[in-house]
Amino acid sequence: MTRLLLDTRVWTALAVAALAALPFAVDAYTLSSLSGIISLGLLAVSVAVLTGTAGLPSLGQVAPYAFGMYTTVVLIRAGVTEAPVLLLASGAAAAVFCAVIGPAVVRTRGVVFLMLTLAVGELTAQAAQQWKAVSGGTDGSGRLDPTVPFWGLEPLVDEPAVYWYCLAVAVVVTALAGWAARSTPGSLVRGVRDNEARMRADGHRVGAYLLGVFVFAGMIAGIGGSLLVTSQRMVFPSDVSFSISALVLMAVVIGGAASLGGALVGAGAVILLRDWTAAYLPGQGPLVLGALFIAAVYLMPGGLAGVLERIGLRRRKEAT
Amino acid sequence: MDLLDAYLPHVIGGVTYGLLLFTVASGLTLAFGVADVLNLAHGTVFMVGGYAAYLVTDGSWWGLVLAALAGTAAGAVFGGALSGAIMPLAGRGHMMQALLTFGVSMVVGNLLVQVFGSAELRPDLPDVLEQPVVFLGHNYPAYHLLFIGAAGLLAAAGWLVVTRSRVGALVRAMVDDQDMVAALGVNPKLVLAGVLAVAGALAGLAGALGAPILGPSLHAANTVLLQSLVIVVVGGLGSIGGAFVAALLVGQVHTLGVALAPEWSPYLLFAAMAVALLVRRPPQLLVGGRTT
Repeated sequence: MTRLLLDTRVWTALAVAALAALPFAVDAYTLSSLSGIISLGLLAVSVAVLTGTAGLPSLGQVAPYAFGMYTTVVLIRAGVTEAPVLLLASGAAAAVFCAVIGPAVVRTRGVVFLMLTLAVGELTAQAAQQWKAVSGGTDGSGRLDPTVPFWGLEPLVDEPAVYWYCLAVAVVVTALAGWAARSTPGSLVRGVRDNEARMRADGHRVGAYLLGVFVFAGMIAGIGGSLLVTSQRMVFPSDVSFSISALVLMAVVIGGAASLGGALVGAGAVILLRDWTAAYLPGQGPLVLGALFIAAVYLMPGGLAGVLERIGLRRRKEAT
Repeated sequence: MDLLDAYLPHVIGGVTYGLLLFTVASGLTLAFGVADVLNLAHGTVFMVGGYAAYLVTDGSWWGLVLAALAGTAAGAVFGGALSGAIMPLAGRGHMMQALLTFGVSMVVGNLLVQVFGSAELRPDLPDVLEQPVVFLGHNYPAYHLLFIGAAGLLAAAGWLVVTRSRVGALVRAMVDDQDMVAALGVNPKLVLAGVLAVAGALAGLAGALGAPILGPSLHAANTVLLQSLVIVVVGGLGSIGGAFVAALLVGQVHTLGVALAPEWSPYLLFAAMAVALLVRRPPQLLVGGRTT
C-alpha cells in the first residue's frame, strides 16, 4: 500500500483524471484561464527538458514559443484550422528555428548560454512587435477563427472543449518528453550534463546531442505556442515577452528542474498566483511577482519536489 | 559625400549612445567575467542612477558633478547589496542568480516608478548645455558632446586601472585563478563584492550622466540591459576592450540603423550577435569563459 502511495505514476494518473473532470466543477472563465496556463505549462516543460536533462538553463524559450504561436496565427488566417496541421506546423517551425540558431547557441555553457538565450528571446519579442503584418503590433492579432480538432469535427468554441483539447495535447507531449528523457538518447544527454569531458573523451558527439535536445525542446515550446492561439484566439507580442520567460523559469524552479510534471504544476501555481494578486492588488502585480521570485529562490532550493523530499513524502531521487 | 553629411548627426548620436552603453556594459562584463554573476538587475541600477541625478541637479555645474557622484554612490550601494544577496546562492547555479536578480529588478523598478511616477524625468542641466552647438555644419545638443568627452575619459581611466594598477591585476588574476589570489592573502569574496560594487557604480554613473540622453524608466532599464547583454556577448566574455568596440557598434545600429532601416533594426542586433559568435574561434566560447 505504501509503495502504491509513493508511486509517481499512480499520482500522475489521478492528477490527469482530476484535471479532465474539472469542466464539471468550475465556471467557463476559470476554464479559459486554465487553458492558457496549460499552454504556458508546455513552455515550462520545454525549459525543464533543457535545464533538467541537458543542464542548459535557458532564458529564451519564448523564442520558439513565439514561432509556434505565429505559425498557427498565419495558418488560421489562411483558412487552415485543423489541429493536426497546426500542431505539426508550429512544432516544425519552432524546431527549424532552433536548428538554425542552435549550432551557435549550444556551443556555449553556463552564464553565456543564459545571456545568449535571453538575448535571442528578447530580440524575437521585439521582432514580433515590429512585424505588424503578422502580429498586429501592440493591438494584437485580432480575433481568429476557432481551431477544428480533426477534419469533419465541430470547431472548438465553448470553453470545456478548448480546455480538453489543450489538456490532451499537453498530456501527450509531456508523456512523450518524459519517454524521450528516459530513452537511450536521453541518458546520453544526461551524461553530457553530468560529465561533458568524459563523454567527449569516450567519443560521443556532444555538440550533436545538445543540438538535438535543443531542437526537441524548441518543438515542445512551439506546440505550446500553438495551444495559446487556440485557447485565447487572440495573441499579443506581450505574450512572448521576457516576463513570460521569467515566469516560466520560476515555474520550473518551483516544480523542480528535473521534473516535467513538476514544471506543469509549477506553471499552474505561479500563474494562478499572478492572476490572483492582479485581482486583489490592482497595479501591484509586478511588485508581488518580483517578491515571489526572491522568496522562491531563498526558500525553495530544489523546488516543490525538494520540499516534499524534506518532509519525507517522496523518495530522494538521484541528485540532479 | 552628401549622404555621409546627411547621416553625420546619426553617427555622432550613435557614438554618444554607444559610449553610454559601454559604461553600462563594462560593469556587466566585469560582474560577469570576474565574479561569474549574471546580473539582470543591472538595468535597474542604471535607473537608480538616473533618478539620483534628477534629485540632486539644480541647473548649476556643481549640481551636475553632484549628480555624477550621487549616481555612482547609489549604484555602488545597490551593487554591493546585490553581491550580499547573491552570496548565499553560491553553488546553486546561474539560473538562481538570474531569477533572484530579476526579482530584485522587478521589485525595485516598480517601487521607483511608484515613487517617481511614470512620466520621464529630466535632470536640470546648466543652461549652456541645453543650447545646440554647431559642429561640422550640424547642430548638436551641447550635452551630448560633453558626454562623449566624459565617457571617453572614463573609458581611458578604466582601461588604465584594469591594465596598469595593482587592483586591476588582482581583478584579472581572479579571472584566471581564484585559489591563487586567496593564496596571496587576498580574500576572493572581498574582491568579488568589490567588483559587483564597482559594476553597480558604473551603471549608476551611466544612469546619472546618461539621464539627459535616456531618462530613467522601466523601458529604459530593459533596453539598456538587453543591449548591454548583446554587447557583452559580441565583445567577448569579461573583455573590456571587446565591450568597447561592441558598444560603439550597437550604438550605431541603434541610431544609424534605425534611421536607415527602421524595420530591420532588431534583426541587425541579432545578426551582429550571430556573426560575432560564429566568427570567433570556438574554444574561446566553448567553455564559456571559466564556467565549465
